Amino acid sequence: MAIPLSYNVRNLKLRKGLTIMTALGIALTVATAVFIMALLAGLNRAFGTTGDPLNVLVLRKGSNSELSAGGVQREAMQVFKDLPGVAKNNRNEPMVSGEDILIIVLPRKDGTGETNVTTRFLTPMGVEMRPEIKLVEGRWFTPGQREITVSKAIHDRFSHANIGDSMRIGSGDWKVVGVFDASGTAHASEVWGDINQISTDFERSIYSSALLRATDPVSAEALKNRANDDQRLELNGMLEPEYYRSQTKSGDPIKWVGQIVAIIMAIGSCFAATNTMYAAVAYRGREIATLRVIGFSRSSILTSFVLESLLLSLLGAAIGILLMLPFNGWTTGTSNAVTFSEVVFSLQMTPTVIGAALGFALFMGLVGGIAPAWHAASREILAALRD
Amino acid sequence: MTLTSFVRKNAFRNKRRSILTVLSIAFSLLLLTFMMTIWRSFYIDEGTAQSAQRLIVRNKVSLAFPLPGFYREKIRAIPGVTHVVNQQWFGGQYKDDKPENFFAQFGADPKELFDVYPEFEIAPDQLAAWQKDRAGCVVDGKLAEKFGWKIGDHLHLKGLIFPMNLELTVRGIFHAPLPTQSIYFDKTYIEEGFKPLKGSDGFFGVLVDSPENVTRVGQAIDELFRNSTAPTKTETERAFQLGFIAMLGNVKAFILIISSAVVFAILLVSATTMAMSVRERTREVAVLKTLGFTRGSILALFVGEAVSLSLIGGLLGSSVAFLLVAGAASQGGFLTGMKVTPPTILLAIAVAALVGFLSAFIPSYNASQTNIVDGLRHIG
Repeated sequence: MAIPLSYNVRNLKLRKGLTIMTALGIALTVATAVFIMALLAGLNRAFGTTGDPLNVLVLRKGSNSELSAGGVQREAMQVFKDLPGVAKNNRNEPMVSGEDILIIVLPRKDGTGETNVTTRFLTPMGVEMRPEIKLVEGRWFTPGQREITVSKAIHDRFSHANIGDSMRIGSGDWKVVGVFDASGTAHASEVWGDINQISTDFERSIYSSALLRATDPVSAEALKNRANDDQRLELNGMLEPEYYRSQTKSGDPIKWVGQIVAIIMAIGSCFAATNTMYAAVAYRGREIATLRVIGFSRSSILTSFVLESLLLSLLGAAIGILLMLPFNGWTTGTSNAVTFSEVVFSLQMTPTVIGAALGFALFMGLVGGIAPAWHAASREILAALRD
Repeated sequence: MTLTSFVRKNAFRNKRRSILTVLSIAFSLLLLTFMMTIWRSFYIDEGTAQSAQRLIVRNKVSLAFPLPGFYREKIRAIPGVTHVVNQQWFGGQYKDDKPENFFAQFGADPKELFDVYPEFEIAPDQLAAWQKDRAGCVVDGKLAEKFGWKIGDHLHLKGLIFPMNLELTVRGIFHAPLPTQSIYFDKTYIEEGFKPLKGSDGFFGVLVDSPENVTRVGQAIDELFRNSTAPTKTETERAFQLGFIAMLGNVKAFILIISSAVVFAILLVSATTMAMSVRERTREVAVLKTLGFTRGSILALFVGEAVSLSLIGGLLGSSVAFLLVAGAASQGGFLTGMKVTPPTILLAIAVAALVGFLSAFIPSYNASQTNIVDGLRHIG
């Protein structure tokens, strides 16, 4: 027969100070783990949800990023426009966009130094091909002008990124004319300007990448293979979501450090939980023996104490998660491992993160509680009664 | 019985609890030492003496923009400059895209590279062999050890940024005071495969004759190119490296958040233990008082107990951190060149002692203030 759970709840309540302090220790560990997992979830969301599966990204063969030297020749663009399976917009123009990426340095607003920012140069068609990106303030850049539109994250986090400000890119000053919202995508940390103007400024006759819109998923696959197989063009085609997913490795340093931190803190908390549970068992030596005399079996005492430890850790997890809730959505930036430029992302306390945090806490409770519970269950009744 | 042995006996009266507490504190301090080591190597370490005398000149827009190659001779003409070397990041792939196979590859001028980096040691015959072979390279000794490279080995690097691959022969192995994770080859090799790179360079390394002249030379370089098509940004090597750390994000805040969580966690663990052991001994405290122990000495007994437990934890944690970091640093990767230094260990132990003191203070103070009669009546 099982010992009722209310027995454990009452016991935890009895030693309030001890319960609260141990739970707080577990809460700190859980909060740290949630912090790290939420950072990674935010980063995965930024890259994982970028790109439309109908968009095919074309790069130079052998290259893995849009930042490479060399790229897509102008002539290749003409070939793309006539390929079957390329979608047309309502003005009957083929949806193909030649783009160029430059890295510029901007100072952070919070005074933590300056960092690289990806600047994408494209045509209005390129903007049209990403309908998920919305203008929130001002207007889009005008082709043929030195004008740029900045993302909201850049506008919020960097100096010189307000409408009316200008940034020096190459030989000219580019005026900020608008702000767009691309939150949750990899474009959230970009600055956009006109491709033809930058080509003139830098005398570049080559695009670093091309984006093709397919009419349907089958054509997208066909366009990708077409680009890969063309020996003359020497290109590498991939679906846009595949490309951005490959950049999630930018989170590797956080993941790596985070795992070490979480594991070490968890071990420390396990010891603390064990200590608390041993104390709980020690105080109740006679009580446990009495329970045995009444007829509760060893296994039900073992279960009861493990459950008490699990309750304790759940309390800790709840406090830890509550502690982190105010940080949900907090934005920060790190360096993209492929382009070495800023990628802005936000802390995302997704259900998976919360679930993992609860699991993590329960694991600590289980490991911390099992030895004391075993100790409680295995004591001889007579010896314990004599305490 | 002396006070010290009394403290020692009491500290280990409940062995299991003391060991668990010490281990818990040790793990937390291991983490704290680890975080402090990262902080130190990022923000405090000065690097070598030569590195304070070196400037890095890059395009003002960003490192991804090249500089005209003729800048090198113009920089050389500035008084105070002793040597200038061009460098170009190649960013190729060795074997596969696994992070452990990543290292830096720079194209540079073999004639002057080792003049700008005089602290890099290389055998003269190896240097001469490299200077003669356009497809040769020199590699960092630590990297050579990691990958098992020997003189005469061939390295294949797949170009990711540049549309070409490099077939390099190891001609020399150099040893630097801090691991560089780099290989250097003749930059003209890239120019041959990728013509647009002729006449332009990634950045320049400049060696200045004395540390006093560094600021002046840096300003002179930027002033010289201020109104040109490619203005420059010149900074010390140290500032240049800090720039890369700044790009990783708000590392300082990240470390601070984790460190404070850790310190607070130890405080809780230690306080819990002390509260438990003081509570158990209420009656004993009353007996001690009857024997004539003053409030002060009772306070000292308990605080001494907590501090010694946390000191043992601190010592254990930071020594394990020392060993782990030393082990990880020799594997290469993120921790390369990091070391847990004696000041870091001392600081960790001091934090431990402080936490022990703070955690014991309230329960011990309460115990020392208890009325003797109440204490004797206490049921545990």
